[in-house]
Amino acid sequence: MRYLPLDASEREAMLARVGVPDIEALFADIPADKRIQGLLDMPLAKSEMAVERAMTAIANRSVAAGSEPFFLGSGAYRRHIPATVDHLIQRSEFLTSYTPYQPEIAQGTLQVLFEFQTQVAALTGMEVANASMYDGSTACGEAMLMAHRLTRRNRSVISGGLHPQYVDVCATLAHMAGDRIVRLAPDLRASEDIAAAINDETSCVIVQSPDFFGNPRDLTPIAEAAHARGALLIAVFTDPVALGLLRSPGEMNADIAVGEGQGLGNALNFGGPYVGLFATRAKNVRQMPGRLAGETVDAEGRRSFVLTLSTREQHIRREKATSNICTNSGLCALAFSIHLTLLGAVGLERLAKVNHANAVQLAARLSAIPTVEVINAHFFNEFVMRTPLPADELIEALAARGVIGGLPVSRLLPGAGLDACIIVASTETNTDDDREAYAQALADCLR
Amino acid sequence: MNVRGRPTRPETDAAPTAETFTGNRGLNMEEALIFESGRFDATGVDIDEPTPFQSKLGPHARQSAVELPGLTEPEAIRHYVRLSRNNYSIDAGLYPLGSCTMKHNPRLNEKMARLPGFADVHPLQPVSTAQGALELIEALSDALLTMTGMNAVAMSPKAGAHGELCGMMAIKAAIEARGQGETRRVVLVPDSAHGTNPATAALIGYSVRSIPAGENGIVSVEAVRSALATDVAAIMLTNPNTCGLFEREIVDIADAVHEAGAFFYCDGANFNAIVGRTRPGDLGVDAMHINLHKTFSTPHGGGGPGAGPVALSSRLAPYAPVPFVKREGGALRLVEHAEGRESFGRMCAFHGQMGMFVRALSFILSHGADGLKQASEDAVLSANYIRASLNEVMSAPFGERACMHEALFDDRWLKDTGLTTLDFAKAMIDEGYHPMTVYFPLIVHGAMLIEPTESESKASLDLFIMTLRDLALAAKGGERERFRAAPIHAPRRRLDETRAARQPVLRWTRPKPI
Amino acid sequence: MSETRYSKDHEYVRVEGGEGVVGISDYAQQQLGDVVFAETPPIGKALKKGDPAAVVESVKAASDVFAPVSGEVIAVNSEVESTPGLINEDAFGRGWLFRIKLADPGELKDLMDEPAYADFLKTLA
Repeated sequence: MRYLPLDASEREAMLARVGVPDIEALFADIPADKRIQGLLDMPLAKSEMAVERAMTAIANRSVAAGSEPFFLGSGAYRRHIPATVDHLIQRSEFLTSYTPYQPEIAQGTLQVLFEFQTQVAALTGMEVANASMYDGSTACGEAMLMAHRLTRRNRSVISGGLHPQYVDVCATLAHMAGDRIVRLAPDLRASEDIAAAINDETSCVIVQSPDFFGNPRDLTPIAEAAHARGALLIAVFTDPVALGLLRSPGEMNADIAVGEGQGLGNALNFGGPYVGLFATRAKNVRQMPGRLAGETVDAEGRRSFVLTLSTREQHIRREKATSNICTNSGLCALAFSIHLTLLGAVGLERLAKVNHANAVQLAARLSAIPTVEVINAHFFNEFVMRTPLPADELIEALAARGVIGGLPVSRLLPGAGLDACIIVASTETNTDDDREAYAQALADCLR
Repeated sequence: MNVRGRPTRPETDAAPTAETFTGNRGLNMEEALIFESGRFDATGVDIDEPTPFQSKLGPHARQSAVELPGLTEPEAIRHYVRLSRNNYSIDAGLYPLGSCTMKHNPRLNEKMARLPGFADVHPLQPVSTAQGALELIEALSDALLTMTGMNAVAMSPKAGAHGELCGMMAIKAAIEARGQGETRRVVLVPDSAHGTNPATAALIGYSVRSIPAGENGIVSVEAVRSALATDVAAIMLTNPNTCGLFEREIVDIADAVHEAGAFFYCDGANFNAIVGRTRPGDLGVDAMHINLHKTFSTPHGGGGPGAGPVALSSRLAPYAPVPFVKREGGALRLVEHAEGRESFGRMCAFHGQMGMFVRALSFILSHGADGLKQASEDAVLSANYIRASLNEVMSAPFGERACMHEALFDDRWLKDTGLTTLDFAKAMIDEGYHPMTVYFPLIVHGAMLIEPTESESKASLDLFIMTLRDLALAAKGGERERFRAAPIHAPRRRLDETRAARQPVLRWTRPKPI
Repeated sequence: MSETRYSKDHEYVRVEGGEGVVGISDYAQQQLGDVVFAETPPIGKALKKGDPAAVVESVKAASDVFAPVSGEVIAVNSEVESTPGLINEDAFGRGWLFRIKLADPGELKDLMDEPAYADFLKTLA
């Protein structure tokens, strides 16, 4: 078998050294009546060719986003990723290395993490960032728990503009930990009064900008309202490219900034693996979960990097750890970092501008169709479109016409009375032809 | 008082070796930070300025630029290639980290993961356009169910620790459904457990009651029985355990736990030893996470991403989190809302680590039933081969006893050498090996846990063994300086970790002008 | 006139009048390695003997410091928060952690005096 180097005579020699008659002897501790007789009930080994054939057939039964006009975002964004990124992350030393526990032979990983942390801090306008979490939604949940630790309170106020699945993650964690959450109603027009929900028992307010419905928000007054009551502001974002054009969480006085980093360097991958970004003020660093790479020197005085402040983590603190998290999203963080390095601030701003320009153009084109309404006064690269048709049916009809038109809000928010709404996203990958195809298909469906 | 501290800065400053102009040592290269070598006004991606348009950002536009450097493609490739070369990797050598299962990462997996029908599919596409993706998830779930003999599998957890959280949340939900949420607040955890176990229990409001391992390295059913009471929600056991031993009394333990009205969580980190040999479901396990990045070869990527699907027994299946894939009529559906089910909720946005599912399935299809069985046999045989070959020069806490897929040594054999496990590990680096797991499990002094996996050739194992023998003899022979100064050939000498923690510098900052 | 007592967990309390200065012993700081962080209790906190009172962290380990006697915290060593290395350099002197007003001086007799602690350390070797 191509992945198993030992041959029969070598196995015999090894058994002899071990001093047992056969391999069964080494499994003797398994209770006799619990041993599997024969083989597992699954097919036998397959050649590369056969595996490729089988898996390609499965893959072909999905529609790839790049094969049609594609306008879906809502937490994951289709980006053009420079060829360099995927090439570099497949280098053996990045792909097949482990957590940098032996820093002397892991400076590659550690320096990348240090650069990544700096990039995330700069992007979010915060002082310090960690070496990544699993994804934006779990980073959001962890931020909530961190706020509880910092304020010694356990009541969170969650904006009606937070991605519904992020809300569910926070709600699940809160329920399990015995904490309280206040979920504001879905907030289509960014018009909710969050300040009214904050009281002296509030540990944090969690607000997304641009929000789930595409509205950018001014978080500064919310930060003020939260701080006045001793609570913290957690700012959430789902597309890092938005920060190329919009005010950062740090500028708006957030205490913790969390978001999804998939939008840079990482493919859609049907939902994972993604990369959670997590940043905060320097004074909160000891309560921040996740790994941290720090700078130091080695015995020869040369600058070096090492995982640090590890006593916050599970392998030392065990039940008193800030989190149970063990892995970060290493390779995805690397991909994010390489993409952002290639872009630089100049490229990021330009990329954000193209995203916004495409969305503006699309919104104009679609709202020119009779009975189609674009709800948002302001948006970055996503907006809500409303038509007379039920959104889920319209999306299926568009798909049948070869257009992925967006997210029917009812899929994530059933029963919220938003059944006619679709969240439409546009990135730099959309062309004039894409927009025309969407408009034609939509007009067709509305006839 | 915690006695696990050990030196965290170099004991002596090393005499710097002859410097070159660049600081490079042949192919061993230094590399500046992107903030030092990049330009803050440069970019390596060609993006056309859009034609003028009416901005819809309103008052929310950023006023100041982000401070981030850019590198052109040639500069970027050089930067990252040079950095990569300072890393050890499985592709370069045996990586004997116990409980990490550093097996070969097949390249076919990478190719399959990049098929557009897997990589370029959005999680929220109309389900009718994502049937292939759902089919992949179903196929992997089926394979995992076959291997574990359990009833259902939650696919969404993003990593092993996340899977532990998922399994424990399902248990908590089951207990609450029975009305015992207020009374059952304790989780039993052996003191040999991985730190994620008690951390997970604490995260959801449980307190931890420690169970000592026996003299023979395994947990006895008596020890469990004495700790069981009506306040116990669950036990968390790793099997094979962190000492590399199969928990022989596991069936009796499971029975005792169930009789006491509690649940059995199994940490599946060491599943590689028993795939195809026994099914955790048959042993009485209620929930077990599987580390796809360990047993099923998905790459470690410098620390992640992982994936931690959780197999559940029929007792816990009703409480599984959303989402899950369901076959209805001829098509596959994604159940994304609890919809009146008893699901405990949601672990993360979207559906799980699809990219890792593809790789894991590719691995499973490649090996098949016969290959998987052979793999676990070779893993166990190789670990025992190492154990039997080093037993005379190093000390093992459980004597001559056979292990499973990993061999555990302690530091008693270093007693009169003035050297520590850490010193020994650093000397291995100079020999071109990544050290084994050290100082874990915590119950063994100066632990050294070696897991070769099934991917090593006999020649590789033999060289490893001979090298460790040579090092052990050198240590016992009084070659103290060699160990104390190690590593001397790696890109860096020992680091000052004390300074890193006392004066944390966690990001680059622009130096102030003089 | 001061008297020093030690707990089995290697905390010391140096008693002066009705107050005690609490820290970790020299043996403890050696075992922990380089101390990188110390967290002292809030002033005014009422501690019972055996309560977790402070935390001392090295790079690889984190240790709870338990109150060797009951009482109210009346002062904490802020120097040790900015320079945790003091605990390694001078655990008994400048590396003190907090000062406590003894609630029950009778508890002192359950702790070891210096000779008894020295003997205890020998048994650990």
